[in-house]
Amino acid sequence: MSLVGNNLLSVVTFLPAVFALAIATLNKEAHGNARWFALWGTLATFGLSLLIWINFDPSNPGFQFVEEAAWLGPIKYKMGVDGISMLFVILTTFLMPLCILASWESVQERVKEYMIAFLLLETLMIGVFCALDLVLFYLFFEGGLIPMFIIIGVWGGKRRVYASFKFFLYTLLGSVLMLIAMMAIYMHAGTTDIPTLIEKANLPVAWQTWLWLAFFASFAVKMPMWPVHTWLPDAHVEAPTAGSVILAGILLKMGGYGFLRFSLPMFPVASVDLAPLVFTLSVVAIVYTSLVALAQEDVKKLIAYSSVAHMGYVTLGIFTFNQQGIDGAIFQMLSHGLVASALFLCVGVVYDRMHTRDIAAYGGLVERMPIYAVCFMIFTMANVGLPGTSGFVGEFLTLLGVFKVNTWVALFATTGVILSAVYALWLYRRMIFGVMDKPSLKAITDMGPREIVVMAPLVLLTLFFGVYPAPILDVTAQSVKKLVAQHEMAVKTQRSAALAGQQK
Amino acid sequence: MIYKAILFLPLIGALIAGLFGRAIGHRAAEIVTTALLAIAAVLSWIVFFDVGFGHTTARVTLLRWVTSGNLDVSWGIRIDTLTAVMLVVVNTVSALVHLYSIGYMHEDPSRSRFFAYLSLFTFAMLMLVTSDNFLQLFFGWEGVGLASYLLIGFWYKKPEANAAAMKAFVVNRVGDFGFALGIFGIFFIFQTIGFDQVFAAAPDMAGKTFNFLGYQVDILTTLCLLLFLGAMGKSAQFMLHTWLPDAMEGPTPVSALIHAATMVTAGVFMVARLSPLFEHAPTALEVVTFVGVLTAFFAATVGLVQNDIKRVIAYSTCSQLGYMFAACGLGAYAAGVFHLFTHAFFKALLFLGAGSVIHAMHHEQDMRNMGGLKAYIPTTWAMMLIGTLALTGVGIPGLAGFAGFHSKDAIVEAAYAGHTPYNYAFWVLAVAAFMTSFYSWRLMFMTFHQSPRWKDGHGAHGHDDHGAHGAKHGHDDKHGHDGHGHEPHESPLVMLIPLFVLAIGALIAGYSFKEYFIGHDYKAFWAKALYEGPNNHILHDLHSVPKWVAWTPTIAMLSGLALSYLYYVLAPGLPAATARAFRPVYLFLLNKWYFDELYDRIFVRPAMAIGRFLWKGGDGTVIDGTIDGTAATVGKVTDRVVKLQTGYVYHYAFAMLIGLAAIISWFMLGLGGVK
Repeated sequence: MSLVGNNLLSVVTFLPAVFALAIATLNKEAHGNARWFALWGTLATFGLSLLIWINFDPSNPGFQFVEEAAWLGPIKYKMGVDGISMLFVILTTFLMPLCILASWESVQERVKEYMIAFLLLETLMIGVFCALDLVLFYLFFEGGLIPMFIIIGVWGGKRRVYASFKFFLYTLLGSVLMLIAMMAIYMHAGTTDIPTLIEKANLPVAWQTWLWLAFFASFAVKMPMWPVHTWLPDAHVEAPTAGSVILAGILLKMGGYGFLRFSLPMFPVASVDLAPLVFTLSVVAIVYTSLVALAQEDVKKLIAYSSVAHMGYVTLGIFTFNQQGIDGAIFQMLSHGLVASALFLCVGVVYDRMHTRDIAAYGGLVERMPIYAVCFMIFTMANVGLPGTSGFVGEFLTLLGVFKVNTWVALFATTGVILSAVYALWLYRRMIFGVMDKPSLKAITDMGPREIVVMAPLVLLTLFFGVYPAPILDVTAQSVKKLVAQHEMAVKTQRSAALAGQQK
Repeated sequence: MIYKAILFLPLIGALIAGLFGRAIGHRAAEIVTTALLAIAAVLSWIVFFDVGFGHTTARVTLLRWVTSGNLDVSWGIRIDTLTAVMLVVVNTVSALVHLYSIGYMHEDPSRSRFFAYLSLFTFAMLMLVTSDNFLQLFFGWEGVGLASYLLIGFWYKKPEANAAAMKAFVVNRVGDFGFALGIFGIFFIFQTIGFDQVFAAAPDMAGKTFNFLGYQVDILTTLCLLLFLGAMGKSAQFMLHTWLPDAMEGPTPVSALIHAATMVTAGVFMVARLSPLFEHAPTALEVVTFVGVLTAFFAATVGLVQNDIKRVIAYSTCSQLGYMFAACGLGAYAAGVFHLFTHAFFKALLFLGAGSVIHAMHHEQDMRNMGGLKAYIPTTWAMMLIGTLALTGVGIPGLAGFAGFHSKDAIVEAAYAGHTPYNYAFWVLAVAAFMTSFYSWRLMFMTFHQSPRWKDGHGAHGHDDHGAHGAKHGHDDKHGHDGHGHEPHESPLVMLIPLFVLAIGALIAGYSFKEYFIGHDYKAFWAKALYEGPNNHILHDLHSVPKWVAWTPTIAMLSGLALSYLYYVLAPGLPAATARAFRPVYLFLLNKWYFDELYDRIFVRPAMAIGRFLWKGGDGTVIDGTIDGTAATVGKVTDRVVKLQTGYVYHYAFAMLIGLAAIISWFMLGLGGVK
């Protein structure tokens, strides 16, 4: 600990960037070295980040590992994690080495730049979850787009420019609005310090709706929520495998994290008032995108649409404002980070061999790829939320929370249980089962050692957290409890204050 | 410890066979799983006698599971008489099916996978019956669904098997949709999902209402009906039954274990387990009775005309499950579970017997291509005969009979004692008993008696099927190439021993246990495992029904036998003539009331069409159209961007950095208007 001292979060955040710098100094032809540097860098980051989890005190609902330093006038460099954000840091550092390994052979062009992009992306993503200052958060939040953008644009598929263009339009609109809202918050509260804003921002109720909507514009695109989700299938389809993993595993979680960190505590009244909007969009997302997933002919698109449906549960859970709903939403995000990442890695495995994402090009894979078939089956089942896999716990808790609030919403959202089974098993049947009669598949090989190393931890964690989710739920419990209580309190006082104001 | 052993031995077996099957070889995998299951079965009987007659009950907590706020759920084991009965049923049948499969699957190239699935199924089923809360029940529930899915689709090269597997999972999910909502509702109302806590609080909720979907509805009725939807799916009740006949695409031992003896009875188990809730929801109970009676009748009618030997038994299972639900709905939970118990023996016997027939006939399943097999496979015939006698309920009222006689007749009597409107339950179940007898004997006559219809070239039929079965993989490949020729042959001992054991059950399970399950000693036997409301005397009343009522099922059984004998032995021309005379009715039944066609039209195809429409129309034209349109100017830029290739992203990065620089300077210069 002495080495990293009291700056554990900063060290974890910027370690990947240091490795990125190191790679930048490497010889251009040193592809192998770039890979190994990136792998060791991400592994070291993961190892260090585990110290955060180990030393984390789950009984403390507040921010821990807090670092503060003067930076730019009123803007401070402030980092810290609580039960809501901590595990996202771990998820990020955990997925990164897998991404590097997954790109080991599939990326042959500009390997050095690729690894640099990924390492910088890691720094920025960790930063998002650690930042405790509005501007710092914004910097990480928007900055993360650049490497992602480059990853899709440079190492992507055929229509990568269209995809990144779409990505750009959507996210730009959202971030501009969020930026303006942040300025407004600063103007009113006089600080950009997130913990202070959470505790006592007390923004005027009249403002809250507008600020909420501005943040919503950004987070809803990130989630993504219906109807601003159409960039995601395109981005996934064009992104290289590791890009998809990061997109589905981490970037999609920033929206949900944003709602929990900003919308609920800072605009409590607006959150309550606009919850019906969120519920409607989420339910539409679950039913609509599940049906759309059913019609897909491209594996990656199918999984992308399934992601949108699963994120629908997250937004539902967050806006129940109760413990089960929010615990469930966080769990669902973490679990989806494992499961969706794994599914994209599974697609990557066959894509590397066949260079097509067309479902019809596959069939009967179990014949020659039994290990692959088992992995795919486990993740398919986790995706449909089978009890005993991590996918179940989050879905169950969110729906439990939703039922308390609105039975209609619970009813429609629960139909996702049926629809997800239909599209997921239909996919599995078309790709894995059946007779292997396509000549192109005759020589396909099962997963190699490197691929197994990538897949094994995901399989184990998916099952482990399905059977014993306590390590996650214990971390989130107190912070969520505090969030729920604070939110309830704030709604009460601010509402009565607003009423009193009107009566005057 | 003994409880944990029963629960986890099958899991250990599944893991060994699944993970190390290739390393240790098929034979070792078979032996390990079967031996572990046999131990679990023996232990189950010990527990059964201990709990049922020694009146001990136990709760064991294993591990924390889901905790969130006031929700606190653990993995645990709950042992009471109801659990003990289920343990015996599940582990006994499972052990026998494991043993049988060693013979039946003996040339399948992936047998260790098969045994891993079988053991995995058993584990999930045990988790289901030992659960102490709704969530673990749901875990087991979906776990058996997964195992069922894997086993139905075991021969994954057969398109029909894949379709059937998926159908089973999805239709079950429709039921689970209700089940899940029921659990959410339980937690909403009771703030807990532990059985004991919920049951204790249930009486206070009786008659109270809550807001559900905008309506004020009775709490317990609504929750029970939602949960019952799950039971309907798992137990293949009317409307959600369509998956069960298709599930026969799986290997026959699977049909015996999962789709006859154990998994499909989970719904009945659930209603019995939740009797403390259902007893306070009379309307829900009426629905349970109605659905049960309707299913008993509907499935029996379809069973009359099916030609696939396994499908006849499948519809029979569906129908018998209807009987069990009818009993539960009438408040005679003990009678329902008793029938579950006896049914497990004789139905598994019939299925394994059918498997032996299919084995003998080189994988011919169509009874129209059988006949006269009694002379070739006499042992199988004798075992099937015992099964049929048990299923049709042969016995002398007031005295003794085969297993089904004691349990099914009790249900029919309970239907009379239960005073349903117009006594509909009683009459319909009696008619269903008549049909049960007819189709069961039809099966026996068409298969074993009559003159052989397989000699004239039908032997080759099995070969053609190999192609359709996709079958290098299937175990079916061997017969064409070995020395057996096409002469039907008796199965090996490893397959016959399970038949003998089950036949003993079919003979005596009814008579020996009737006093405990539904007779004098039932209160002591069940202890608190089943709950009866203060006004529920049905188990008492069913023993004092009029004599003619007690004789009705027997008479129905005898007339079914007589008619069947007439149709299929004395005048074999009659079935065809009848089918011609009542062609619409015949087709209606042959096509299973057209449920598959109906569902295809109203659910499957529209779902696909809507999905495609939303994708192309919603996502494509409307949303992307709007966005691309809004950005028409930028859209023009894309052309140039394409030329610029990746340079484009740097522009974005550049724009972002400028933006960031702007905002930072804005803060730095103190333009933020700090108060």
